[in-house]
Amino acid sequence: MGVGIEVTNLNAWYGANHTLQDINLPIPANHATALIGPSGCGKSTFVRCLNRMHETNPIAKVTGSVRIGDIDIYEDSSPVEIRRRVGMVFQRPNPFPTMSIYDNVCSGLKLNGYNNRKATDEIVERSLRNAALWDEVKDDLKKKSGASLSGGQQQRMCIARALAVDPEVLLMDEPASALDPVSTSKIEDLIFQLKTQYTIVIVTHNMQQAARVAEKTGFFLNGRMVEFDSTHKIFTNPSDKRTEDYITGRFG
Amino acid sequence: MKPATQRNRTRSTVRMLVDHLATALAVLATILVVAPLVAIFVYLLFKGASSLNLAFFFEIPKPVGESGGGMANAIVGSGVLLGVASLIGVPIGIGGGIFLAEFGRGTRLANAVRFTADVLNGVPSIVMGIAIYSLIVFNQGHFSALAGGVALGIMMIPTVTRTTEEMLLMVPHAIREAALGLGVPNWRSVLSITLKTASPGVITGCMLAFARVAGETAPLLFTALGNQFMSVNLNRPIQALPLQIYLFAISPYDDQHRLAWAGALVLIALIVIAVSLVRYVASRGILKGAS
Repeated sequence: MGVGIEVTNLNAWYGANHTLQDINLPIPANHATALIGPSGCGKSTFVRCLNRMHETNPIAKVTGSVRIGDIDIYEDSSPVEIRRRVGMVFQRPNPFPTMSIYDNVCSGLKLNGYNNRKATDEIVERSLRNAALWDEVKDDLKKKSGASLSGGQQQRMCIARALAVDPEVLLMDEPASALDPVSTSKIEDLIFQLKTQYTIVIVTHNMQQAARVAEKTGFFLNGRMVEFDSTHKIFTNPSDKRTEDYITGRFG
Repeated sequence: MKPATQRNRTRSTVRMLVDHLATALAVLATILVVAPLVAIFVYLLFKGASSLNLAFFFEIPKPVGESGGGMANAIVGSGVLLGVASLIGVPIGIGGGIFLAEFGRGTRLANAVRFTADVLNGVPSIVMGIAIYSLIVFNQGHFSALAGGVALGIMMIPTVTRTTEEMLLMVPHAIREAALGLGVPNWRSVLSITLKTASPGVITGCMLAFARVAGETAPLLFTALGNQFMSVNLNRPIQALPLQIYLFAISPYDDQHRLAWAGALVLIALIVIAVSLVRYVASRGILKGAS
């Protein structure tokens, strides 16, 4: 089951660049929360702070607190531990090119030392079913390389790979931006199903997408969170003038 | 002024000519690249193939004046020397490359290591032989296969290190992020994902280094020394194909000249076989995935 996320006074830097300023945000469990905003507004940085990927960049720095469930990820945990609980799907599909589909999906388990063959078979099947890819690949799981799939299939495989380690939260950083419309709608259907089991945070450039998949939406601008509310309210009756300007297409 | 269609035709004729010229130049360049290798190989076949027989592979050299004999001791010796060299050069070289590309990026130590590797790459092989002579042979009190292997191994390190570094840097950042995002510790991600993804290039680098030292003579003169008899003892002098070829080629006897040609042919053939074999095995291993 998913867990809620409580972000308090989060600040992040890349070198001298203050990319996130005083972010406060409650992300509800088992819902999809969308983050929208123009390029460079800090939404990607924000999700990367939720699984401590931000700090893999040597010039990056972060302060403030992020509570996921009952632990503070910066105080009570290690980056490695937190990334097993908080899965991530990236903007471009990034399959491991040397691995088969099967090995891609169970890579998180294997690389973390999990070694039960029978259980792995089950987990791979369940994850691929959850990612709505099973029927398309079940016949050549171990024959085909993960990189030989189409872009949309690769991205669903990457989702399956993230689900296989059984996370509580799933972060998606513009998961459909490199995909065609058909693949995009498949990913969106998927998000719809997955949010019953996982807490989903999705960054998107596409406002219709946010409106379609998310219950809550946050609007980011210049490293600050301008407004956070129910998706319906953000898109029909935003409180802030800047949100309204953005969603009506006046900038960004 | 000519009509427009005619002008277009002239232009396209010129374009075709330029195209053909460029293609011809590229083909010429290709031939120039391949020609020396083919020429050497054909010449070696011509000169050496007639002296190749089973005895060449299974017998040791006969005393001067007796005909026949082979280079079994040199073939085995080269195998032993290159085995020792690879055991030293490949792990240290790959380790150094991993350090440069993954852990030390941008640090002063990494810059120092990279500079050292480049300088080491430029050290003449005879100097390497003398250095190992004074470090190992002098202290042990005798020439040995071990000393020869160490000399060749050290010569392999810079090539392996620098190609490993280059190949690791070519692995897309997105793939490292994918691994880290799954909660894989960094060291594990480097070994199981980044290095594995880069492995075809890394293996090519190792093979280049291997092939290069396989033909080295100078560093062995003061270390492995050479041995007329069959030996696999690391503590004894040992024969190597390049040494044997050198000895026979400067001898005054026609018999030995012929054996030297055959030896050169075998040396090249063995290098080609070893390189192809490793590539084949490695490519199969990669297709099977990371299990």
